[in-house]
Amino acid sequence: MIAGRWRDRCVAAAALTVIWTLLWGSFTPLTVIGGLLIAIVVLTVFPLPPVTYAGRVHPLGVLKFAGRFAVDLVVASAQVAALAFRFGSTPRSAVIAVPLRVPSDLGLTLTAEALSLVPGSLIVEVDRERGVLYVHVLGVSDLADVERFRGEVLALERRLVAAFGSPAERTLCRENR
Amino acid sequence: MIDALAYFCLIVGALLSLSAGVALVRFPDLLSRMHAATKPQALGLLLILAGCALRLRDHLGVMALVAVFQMATAPVAAHMVGRAGYRSGRVRQDLLITDELASEADRP
Amino acid sequence: MTVVAVIVTVLLTAGAVLALVRIVRGPTVLDRIIAMDVLLAIVMAAIGAEAAFSRDATALPVLVVLSILGFIGSVSVARFATTRPPS
Repeated sequence: MIAGRWRDRCVAAAALTVIWTLLWGSFTPLTVIGGLLIAIVVLTVFPLPPVTYAGRVHPLGVLKFAGRFAVDLVVASAQVAALAFRFGSTPRSAVIAVPLRVPSDLGLTLTAEALSLVPGSLIVEVDRERGVLYVHVLGVSDLADVERFRGEVLALERRLVAAFGSPAERTLCRENR
Repeated sequence: MIDALAYFCLIVGALLSLSAGVALVRFPDLLSRMHAATKPQALGLLLILAGCALRLRDHLGVMALVAVFQMATAPVAAHMVGRAGYRSGRVRQDLLITDELASEADRP
Repeated sequence: MTVVAVIVTVLLTAGAVLALVRIVRGPTVLDRIIAMDVLLAIVMAAIGAEAAFSRDATALPVLVVLSILGFIGSVSVARFATTRPPS
């Protein structure tokens, strides 16, 4: 547990240092060491709450997720833009409850973020204890569309778990497919 | 050739911004308009940044930071506004196919 | 190049004007906040497009600041709008 906290802090410090060097736009010893010092000060003064992360990153899963996310982004943007330019019709929408299979905070957050970034779906409410996302969907016309969208959200969750999840979460996802 | 690609990215990004404006004026209720708002914030900005990167061929780190910051913060704002909108009843119930949150909404 | 710049400017301006229409008409403060968000995104797009056309990176730090601070306004307003009783 202690080791986990230290790992979290090292990851956070490394990320802050990378951001610092990117902001300076140059990779010199001065920016790297300065960034590291500032990261340490920031992390000591504003300590992060512990994040329970038991999984590990799977590069292939991350690639699959990122590719599919990019496709989703383009397709959904085109769909919503087409809806906007279709004059004379009012788009229908729905609020759907999607119970996720992996109720970890990190999985919930990542799924919600990815869903919110894609136009056409928006998180209205989150039930953290039960792991339920309430999603507002634009451009659905009947209940079959609703069910299809619920399946898409679960597929997104499966791809995320395949990319970042722990072995236990992966089996959980595979069993309740 | 690279410039042509950059111009294409810029024009599509600008088109997405325009369609967001059209959707803002046309869509019937608050939550539908939120969907329009996420478009220029995500794909539109990414395309403009891609066009920028193709033209400048420098400062890629700063542009990557802009993209990451925007992708991390936009959903937070969208969720907060969407939740406030739903809770204060800004949803046209007659346009909803189904509302699976309605039975849960009375809970504290 | 000039043609593309004109097209992009016209598209962005039209989008910004439509967002302004929603800011003026928007029945609730939340509608106006969304329209403000869109307007901010369009301003960011305009800054990016300007940097692309003039091959000048001076304005890029502005984009960084806007991208990380742009959401604070809408989050705080949404926070206060929630406490208002439904009308």
